[in-house]
This record gives sequence, structure tokens and C-alpha cells, in this order.
Amino acid sequence: MKDGPQDYPKYVGAAVIWLALLSMPFWINRVGGYTQLGTEVLVMALAATALNFLLGFTGVLSFGHAAYFGLGVYGAGLTIKYLLPSTLAGMAVGVLTAVVAAAIIGLLIVHLRGIYFAMVTIAFGQVFYFIAFRWNNVTGGDDGLSNWSRQPIDFGFARLDILHSPVTFYYFVLFFFAVAVAIMAALLRSPFGRTLLAIRENERRTRFLGVPVDRHIWLSWLISCTFVGLAGTLYALLNNFADPHTLYWEQSGVFVIMAVLGGMRSFWGPLIGAAIYVVLQDYVSTMTQNWMSFIGLFFVLVVLFFPRGVLGIIRRKVVP
Amino acid sequence: MTQLILYNVFNGLIVGAFYALMALGLSLILNLSGVINFAHGGFLAVGAYLAFALIPYLGFWGALVISPLLTALFGLVIERLLIRRLYGRDPLYSLLLTFGLAFMLEDGTRFIWGPQTLPFSIPDSLSSPLSSSFFFLTGYRLFMVLLVTAAVIALFLILSYTRLGVRIRAGTLDLETVSVLGVNVRILRSLNFGLGIYLAGLAGVLAAGMLGLQPTIGSDLIMPSFVAIIIGGLGSLPGTLVGGLLIGVASGVVTVWFPSASEAMIYVMMGLVLLVRPRGLFGEEGRF
Repeated sequence: MKDGPQDYPKYVGAAVIWLALLSMPFWINRVGGYTQLGTEVLVMALAATALNFLLGFTGVLSFGHAAYFGLGVYGAGLTIKYLLPSTLAGMAVGVLTAVVAAAIIGLLIVHLRGIYFAMVTIAFGQVFYFIAFRWNNVTGGDDGLSNWSRQPIDFGFARLDILHSPVTFYYFVLFFFAVAVAIMAALLRSPFGRTLLAIRENERRTRFLGVPVDRHIWLSWLISCTFVGLAGTLYALLNNFADPHTLYWEQSGVFVIMAVLGGMRSFWGPLIGAAIYVVLQDYVSTMTQNWMSFIGLFFVLVVLFFPRGVLGIIRRKVVP
Repeated sequence: MTQLILYNVFNGLIVGAFYALMALGLSLILNLSGVINFAHGGFLAVGAYLAFALIPYLGFWGALVISPLLTALFGLVIERLLIRRLYGRDPLYSLLLTFGLAFMLEDGTRFIWGPQTLPFSIPDSLSSPLSSSFFFLTGYRLFMVLLVTAAVIALFLILSYTRLGVRIRAGTLDLETVSVLGVNVRILRSLNFGLGIYLAGLAGVLAAGMLGLQPTIGSDLIMPSFVAIIIGGLGSLPGTLVGGLLIGVASGVVTVWFPSASEAMIYVMMGLVLLVRPRGLFGEEGRF
């Protein structure tokens, strides 16, 4: 597919998004936010974009991505606390843990479809929650894993103090976000990505064309879980804390609602959804004790009135 | 030791009965309407708290009868207002909607009755142990097992012999044909949903008597119910029943040796079942 004039709005949109992300630390305080909130938006956006690789572009409904997010969180936290006080080592271990778990569980579930797949992913996610919850003396159980923090990174010639400067940490996260997003975008443009779209549109026909559908779905699942795991490690670094609730099934639902809210047929949709969700949650939880009700109501309203998501609606207006 | 194992097996059986009761309701809704009702645990909590509110006026027995019915009524209203709009759409949307509902129901009960555990009084006639050597065999536990058994038998009788039940089973297999034959599918789905929620309400009242009342009572029970359905096989109600009892007993037995692994155990079982028999123990081949 050659790019033509019909694609220009897409380029403009991407340029605006990158500009906004690059300049975020300079304006977020003026609009009432703070840098850590911006970082959280990035982390959640990475997780939601990664989920959407599977959900929106392969058409496979996973409701258990919190497991791999949480494995990233605990992988990073446990490594930095007990093994090696190095940020990058923590991230590597976190991502690796998520990948290994996803690869094994993926083999068990990859031939399941539709609601069955959703249910199994939800249920499997809970294993890791219970491990984190019960293995008190290592994981801190219900209280979470605290008393550790991300470490400044020493390159030899330069030192990146991500611990004390929130702005530096923001750009640190933005770097990983950019790399991950670029990889996912490139994969989606490749023949492999086109095959995933074909699976989404018509699995049976794709299978008849000789595509090993199960293997493609497994790969897509693995890619998706890898980047969700990466987001998890960044989330742990952001908070200097590992919370068992990052492994709980509620978190999986949050990722899905972000993708749906932004528009799961658009590559940038999950970013928009994550931004809206994170800001809203931050606002509501300072206003009221009953933020769960508001979040729940929010879910219901999104499903009833914005099933196409923000970008889905905009796209419909622009391209009738 | 024997007594300890026996105690845990019996305990597991009771917990398994809860899982089964809840999973049967979930299964009914899932099979006919293709909706994974995340809010099922929320409805369970509603049933439990309604019973708590009704006991001062109606007593335990009155609440046991009325509360599940009110819960089912509430479920019918929710179905009519919200869930009905999503039938036939991507299951993603009903999942998200019921997910939001689960949040609202849990938080709603917390808002009304507070976050603390509330005592739930059961009649004296049920709370004493039946025998001194089997201290764990209180009247309430035995009563619960009997009631769950009765409810399950009633459910299967309804499904086998009443017109509604036959239509539900037929609709599970082929809803379009059932509709063409002149059955009002909307009403069928509503009643089926109500039936499922009734079971959740009933499980709620019983669970409250055993575990005490907490807003999270439902969300703690819903995941094992999913596992029960998966192990039993999607689409098979007897499978769901067996699955529920099986994971209950299994986690009970594991508690004897590794108490902290009792929850993780059921997910390991699910993994094994999926590995050996992906459609579940009683699931039909090729249905999912």
C-alpha cells in the first residue's frame, strides 16, 4: 500500500502527538497536572497500546494482561531489591519474566477463541496475583514490595539521574515508549502485521490460505505481553513500589477500557484512552472515596455511548 | 490427621458448592446469551446484604426466601436496562459493561453498609455442632450442603421438564431456530438471566452465613467460578457442577499440607485440564 493524500491527516495526527509528548514536562504543570502524572499516562498508554496489538489488530480478546504487567512490576522490583541495584537489570528481568510466562501460557490457550479465550486469560492471570499475595516474606504480600527505588543509570561518560529528577525519568520512559511503539507500528506494517489483520477479519479464510493461524496468534500474544511487561517494569520504577493490585483482574479490565475508550481500531487510540482514564482517575480519587463507583459508571457509559472510542468517532466524521 | 483431612475435604466440598452454585448461574447466562457476567459476584453481594437488611423484619428463613427473589428482580431490571442492548455484539462490550457493574455493585454495598465485616446471625438451631467428634459438622454447614443440593436438583428439573427449561436448553444449542419457532427470545433471555441471578442471590445468603458479610464477598468468589466453568467445559451445566465441587475439594485437600498454595492450586488444575483436554471435562468438541 502506497501512502497517498488520504494519509496526510494521519501524519499530522502523529506529529501532533509526538510534539505533545516531547514537550509535556513544559506545559503539564500549567494545566494543573504534574510530571509523574504525565509519566503514568505514558506507561499506561504503552500497556494499552501493547494490549491493542492483540485486541484491535489481531482480534483476540485478552482480559488477563494485568498478569504480564504485574510480572514486569515484580520482576523489576524484586531484582532491584534483592539481586542487583540496577534499573536496567531490573527491567530486563521484568520483561523476561513476562515473556517466559506468556510463552508458556500462550501455548496452552492459543487454540481457544472468543469468550473462551477471554475467560481463560482472566483466570490464568489470577495465579500470579495469588503468588504475589501469599508469598509474604519475599513479595511483601498484600502490603506490596517497598523499600527499594529506581537507580541512576551510569553510562561511564554520562550519568542519568532518573531517581531525583522526575523530568529526566519522564524522558527515560518516553524513550522506551517510543522504541516500543515504533517496533509495534513497524510490525503492523510488515507482511506479518497484515496477516494479523487478515486473521482479525476472517480467520477461516486466512487459515485456508495456508497461514498457520495459531502460531501467528501466539506470536502476536507474545509481542503484546512483552510490551505490557515492559510497561509493568516502568510502572514499578515510577512508583518505586510493587503493588499486588497491578496483578489483579481489575487491572486487566482497565487496560481494555483504555483501548476501547480511545478507539481500538486506531493505533493511537489506546494512548488517548489512557490519557483520559489516568487523568480522570487521578481527579476522581482526590474528590471522593467512592471512586470505584465512578470508574464503574464510566465503564458502563463508554460501552453504551462510545463503543467506537474517541478516535473512532473522529475518523467517522473525517472519513464518512 | 484423618480428621484434619476429613475436615478439609468437607470444607472444600462446601466451598465447592458455593463455586458451583455461582458458576451454574454464570454458565446459564453465558450459554444462552454469550455474556460473561462479571457482575455476578456483585449480585451475590447484593443478595447477601439484602438478607442482612431483611433479617430484622423477616427472620433468617424469611430472608433466605425473599432475598434471592429480590436479587433476581434487580437482575431483571439491570438486564432490561443495560445488558439487553449488548446481545449479539462483540462479547468485549458485555464484558466491559458487566465489569463496570461489578465495580458499582461492590462499591455500592460498601457505601451503604460500610467496609467492615458485618456479623450475619444464623438461627441457633443451625449453629451448634451435630457431634462432638466431628466438630466441624455444624448444622449450618450440613443445611447448606442440603440446600445447595436441593437447588441444583431443582435447577436440573426445571431445565429438563418445564417449558421454560426446554426452551433455554434449545436456545443454548440454536437460538435462531428457537426464535423462528415462535419463542420470544427477549423474554427467554430475561428469564434465563433472572434465573442465573437468583442462584447468585441464594449463594450470597448462604455465603454470608458462613463467611460473614464483606463488600468483597462476591469478587473473591467469581474467579474460582470461572475456573469451575472452564474445568467442567463451556456449555455443559453438569460439567460446571463437577468443576465447582472438584476445585473446592482440591483446594481443601491442598490446604492440609500447603495452606498458602490453596488458591493457586485451582489455577494449576485449570492449566492441566486445558493441556490434556482443552474443551474441559464435559465440554462438547468444537463448540468453542
